[in-house]
Amino acid sequence: MKDILNPDNRYKDDKVTDACSLFGMMDVSGRLFSGADTVRAIANMHDRGNGLGGGFAVYGLYPDFADYYALHIMYMGRSAKDKTEVFLKDEFDVVRSEEIPIRTRPGVTNPPGLWRYFVTPRKDPCLVVSDDDLVVDKVMQANTTIPDTFIFSSGKNMGVFKGIGFPEDVADFYRLEDYEGYLWTSHGRFPTNTPGWWGGAHPFNILDWTVVHNGEISSYGINRRYLEMHGYHCTMQTDTEVAAYAVDLLVRRHGLPVSTMATVLASPLWEEVDRMPDEKREMVTALRQAYGGLLLNGPFTLIIAHNGEMIGLTDRIRLRPLSAAVKGDVLFISSEESAITLVCPDIERSWKPRGGEPVVGRLGEPVALPKEWDVQNREAVGR
Amino acid sequence: MTVIKNNPKASHAQSTALPSYHCHMPSYLKPRFRVERSDRRCIRCQGCVEQCSFGAQYYDESADRVEAVDTNCVGCHRCVVFCPTSAIEIRHNPVEYRDNAYWRPEVIEDITRQAETGGVLITGMGNDKPWTSYWDKLCLNASQVTNPSIDPLREPMELRTYLGSKPDQVQIDPATGRLGTRLAPQIMIETPVLFSAMSYGAVSINVHESLARAASMLGTLFNTGEGGLHPKLYRYGGNTIAQVASGRFGVHPEYLDVARVLEIKIGQGAKPGIGGHLPGEKISAEVATTRMIPTGTDALSPAPQHDIYSIEDLSQLIYALKEATNYTKPVSVKIAAVHNSGAIASGIARAGADIIALDGIRGSTGAAPKIIRDNLGIPIEMAIASVDQRLRSEGIRNRVSLVAAGGFRNSGDVTKAIALGVDAVYIGTAALIAMGCTECQACYTGRCAWGITTTDDKLTKRQNPEIAAQRIANLVEAWSHEIKEMLGAMGINAIESLRGNRLHLRGVGLTREEADILGVSLAGE
Repeated sequence: MKDILNPDNRYKDDKVTDACSLFGMMDVSGRLFSGADTVRAIANMHDRGNGLGGGFAVYGLYPDFADYYALHIMYMGRSAKDKTEVFLKDEFDVVRSEEIPIRTRPGVTNPPGLWRYFVTPRKDPCLVVSDDDLVVDKVMQANTTIPDTFIFSSGKNMGVFKGIGFPEDVADFYRLEDYEGYLWTSHGRFPTNTPGWWGGAHPFNILDWTVVHNGEISSYGINRRYLEMHGYHCTMQTDTEVAAYAVDLLVRRHGLPVSTMATVLASPLWEEVDRMPDEKREMVTALRQAYGGLLLNGPFTLIIAHNGEMIGLTDRIRLRPLSAAVKGDVLFISSEESAITLVCPDIERSWKPRGGEPVVGRLGEPVALPKEWDVQNREAVGR
Repeated sequence: MTVIKNNPKASHAQSTALPSYHCHMPSYLKPRFRVERSDRRCIRCQGCVEQCSFGAQYYDESADRVEAVDTNCVGCHRCVVFCPTSAIEIRHNPVEYRDNAYWRPEVIEDITRQAETGGVLITGMGNDKPWTSYWDKLCLNASQVTNPSIDPLREPMELRTYLGSKPDQVQIDPATGRLGTRLAPQIMIETPVLFSAMSYGAVSINVHESLARAASMLGTLFNTGEGGLHPKLYRYGGNTIAQVASGRFGVHPEYLDVARVLEIKIGQGAKPGIGGHLPGEKISAEVATTRMIPTGTDALSPAPQHDIYSIEDLSQLIYALKEATNYTKPVSVKIAAVHNSGAIASGIARAGADIIALDGIRGSTGAAPKIIRDNLGIPIEMAIASVDQRLRSEGIRNRVSLVAAGGFRNSGDVTKAIALGVDAVYIGTAALIAMGCTECQACYTGRCAWGITTTDDKLTKRQNPEIAAQRIANLVEAWSHEIKEMLGAMGINAIESLRGNRLHLRGVGLTREEADILGVSLAGE
């Protein structure tokens, strides 16, 4: 597997598409909990995947190293590790390095070498650049220039674990029962084209942003070209990747609120915009005018997470499923409601978010429920 | 086709299609068409005599027969359509030279005509040569299985487009949650189809009115061309792009004020680098008033704008127009698609334009030297691809809207152009065909039998603005429906998700280099 740019796309398809199961669970009080429920829930949606990819993102994972970027790296060969470690020593201060504990088991095939490093980037006194931008740059550099190396997680106090297999098998492989976090997202994959590659499983990550995705983004071609104008290189050729970079651009670099980001990615229809009050209409119109190239068109459900926040979003005409539920401080987001009720039979509220209407869980804030009439309306219809 | 001696830049119109010879030498040219009439069907109503503005039909009273002057026939089919008994057929005059794929009849006739006159050959409409049409070598995508296609009859399908400069980023005030960015003027169009620049004088007042009305019915824009706007059409100002060209005809404060968009015309696809010449015969009192020139004088448009010899001069005119209209209107700059369009467009964007209009080698005209029309400029497909990519590579695609012109025949061409990277397209020829034009290429004569490219009062009346506007609006409505169907088939419900989305295009019969320039893969890849 020499071509790290295209390992997941050996037939050079325009983009790698897949259908999937998604599950996310967050305790907005910040309480840490094990991944057992997340694994059970995603396993319950076994049939939505085909064993060619499973993965998890965990936040609040490394409290002892919370100030360091945690790099999770796949090595497809010994020389890759040697070269990468030279690169890491040049570019970062590495405070700890270790092999990620695993358990070999059937159903999880061809695992690469899996290591993690806790690092801080070395400042170049000649350059004015933030730590985050430096890490993004170095991760992209490593992934595109060092053969057989793939950095698949690069945030602080969080980590991605992913590979080939059904998600429950991948969880077992990574011994996820040993970890705790306040926010878990997970993904079971059904790729439509190639036998998967370990790096091609979800979640996709940059810094502490992760994205799990179900769907196919028909606007991928222009989304990618739009992001290229802003310096992003879509090396993976998966539509999920554009979602991750779009979120990074809008929220981190342009400083837009999450709700505004959702308005861009899943814009309201013009006929809805035309009925909005003046000020809102003006804002939504301006966003669509400026960011039309980032509108994600076609069927998708996304669970986007970063430190302290989990966002569920489905496309503007809701062509992929998304369920949400709340119990106390815990917010659940899932492809299927059955997965939620399996792990939490006594949920307090559940609802089906509308297309383009984000479900947001934020650390330290109560979960925002949909408008009351909306809930009643849907409950009246019968859930 | 007629001939202008020693006047290479002239867009000439004459009162007759007959060749004008400069000395009494016999012509070796044969008529292009032959008018055939079924004497059994002909009822001698003389409708064809009345309809033919080229003098190709006459009634022989002594014989009680309608006869033809084949030499005068331009093949416009006005008589055929209006003959109540379908008695007339226009046929190619069978002048069958020895077969020769290189010295084709057209080549022989052009040489003959020039040998007899010593002049530049003038023609009308667009390049009629069988050049590669890349639209015919591009296939569009459709959704199957992994994502659903969308039925536009049942679900929303958005064609709404905003023309104007977009910011790179929108700011929201974190304290108030309000919009912190003020956008440059944005013009909403309900369908990505605009009407190309056709000046009053080149076309009749009724054509201008028909286009204005159609634009208003459709929620789109029509372009005045370089001859100003007749005051009776000011009420369509909200649907008007007011052109400012090298002759500055009809440019005055009110003209700029009533329009929605201003356009600086640098070039035209049918005649890049060439000016225009509307002969005094077509400058009626109304045309003269609108153009602000004396009645009956030739209206000469210089080849360049004489206050724009460089990109910084262009920037000055852009900002002069913005100042004059208090920054309330987007300013477009129209150029012919030529070899360095990418770099030129980048300069135009940086000079402050809000819209760049590109006009390709198939763009039409009321009159142009034939050799210019058929040989200068590049195909619009290549220009769109290179300009869009260049602006993106420089990170400035947001700053301008791109509009393409030059030979859009149907909604498939339009959809492919949008996928290549434009915001909207201009259509001219297609709109005229909707009114009755049959592409006879005799526009430069000013005798258009369909009442389109004329200022003759009697001929002008042949276009009823109410009916013509409806025909044009019907055409664009139909195309809009078709574009929606194609978007839905691709699993897309907003046009901005197709714009520049070249993954939805595949080439057939293209070389790898052509595909690379167009930024598309080949079918099967």
